[in-house]
Amino acid sequence: MNVPTDSLYATSHEWLRRDGDTAVVGITDHAQHELTDVVYVELPAVGTHVSAGQQICVVESVKAASDIYSPAAGTVEAVNESLSNSPELINTDPHGDGWIFKLRLDAGADLAHLKTPEEYSAQLGQS
Amino acid sequence: MSSTSKRTPLAATHELLSARMMEFGGWHMPVQYQGILQEHKTVREAAGLFDISHMGEVFVSGPGSELFLNTLLTNDVRRLPVGGGQYTLMLNEGGGVLDDLLCYRIESEHYLLIVNASKIDEDFAWIRSHASHFEPSVQVENQSPLWAGLALQGPKSAAIMQRLFPQIDERGQPSASLLPARNTIVSLPVANGPLLVARTGYTGEDGFECFCSSQSAPFWWDLILKTGEPEGAVPCGLGARDTLRLEAGFPLNGADLSPEHTPLEAGLGAFVSLQKGKFVGRDSLLTQKETSIPTKLAGLRMDGPTPPPRAHYPVLFNGERVGETCSGSLSPTFGLGIALAYLPSQLAAFGQKVAVDIRGRQFPATVSPRSILKHKP
Repeated sequence: MNVPTDSLYATSHEWLRRDGDTAVVGITDHAQHELTDVVYVELPAVGTHVSAGQQICVVESVKAASDIYSPAAGTVEAVNESLSNSPELINTDPHGDGWIFKLRLDAGADLAHLKTPEEYSAQLGQS
Repeated sequence: MSSTSKRTPLAATHELLSARMMEFGGWHMPVQYQGILQEHKTVREAAGLFDISHMGEVFVSGPGSELFLNTLLTNDVRRLPVGGGQYTLMLNEGGGVLDDLLCYRIESEHYLLIVNASKIDEDFAWIRSHASHFEPSVQVENQSPLWAGLALQGPKSAAIMQRLFPQIDERGQPSASLLPARNTIVSLPVANGPLLVARTGYTGEDGFECFCSSQSAPFWWDLILKTGEPEGAVPCGLGARDTLRLEAGFPLNGADLSPEHTPLEAGLGAFVSLQKGKFVGRDSLLTQKETSIPTKLAGLRMDGPTPPPRAHYPVLFNGERVGETCSGSLSPTFGLGIALAYLPSQLAAFGQKVAVDIRGRQFPATVSPRSILKHKP
């Protein structure tokens, strides 16, 4: 499984890539593999404020709908509109073109609960 | 894997092919190999091979078997010539569906019933209890553990089967086909028999359902896949089987069929012969036909892109809940949400606008023919 080293990870299999006050979020390669063919992404509304661990959107495969949780507290600043027509980007490029939303992190947002790539790899090894 | 799940003779084969396994109706079954969407597409365009060994094989034999089956099943067994097969239903006294099955007349007094995997024990007990009135002229035998089933489905399946079982005349030239016609079954003369091949399926495509001994299942599985390589045949799991049958508008027992609804409500009246005489559930169907059929199993199509409808989503009319979906999916072929739902009969006419509640949001849908395959959008 691909676990890029430039991101932090939630136990619930979302990745977060921080760039200053903002962060891009998606689901991991492991998560897309478990979900199988993604056929629909219910994107969050821009402007929504979420806390860390809050359910924010839904990714659906042929077989099941899966809740996605925000890895950090912040306000949704942008969403990946390409997923509306090409939800399969989550399968083909989960850590790149398959990103889901961009957060403006809350001031002082705490990311300490997120896992490092090494810790997340270890989690996958155990499961 | 649940320790109580039953394994088909092909379970090890699926695991070797790295299939993703799941529990279905008490069985440890492959849900997919490469991916549901790809397998679905391959069956629509070429051919796919499914393990259907979980399904049950019940044999009914003896001079009284025609009369017996006609009192137990909804369709008219007398219409079956030797080698003929028909879709039929088994009902309770109230007319509710216990199971839907295929009934083949293998020989004039020898029938094969193919029943749903999760219903084998219940069906067998029900069939035996009713057969007791016909003893000794009827014998019923559950041979499910002895048999395996492989379904080759798709437009290229006939070409593959033709190559697998070439009929050669005495001068060594290809001659008339050994293969069965639609809805019939033949016993093919093969060395490691028995091999019963029926021209039936659950995908809406041309195809074959092959029944062989459990021991020979891995041999036939490998041989069919290898023979089908030039046509692009691939192994397929239950995930694609479900989306394929839903596009074809075929109901699934346990989801779309249940003792709560009659076959008249399920839109399966074509497989019910009310004229043939008494059968279990007939009186209730006659009453329902004379008074009113309260609900009908409607095909729904979502109007435009929506999240995929799934089972147990509320269906609304004028903001009021009028039913719920019993099956639902994205149609991989048409990229549109489709579903089945029992609706009040007056709301089950084609063109009727309703809404499906998906996670608290209402999405418009239209009552449509159940087969999106035959009635394309």
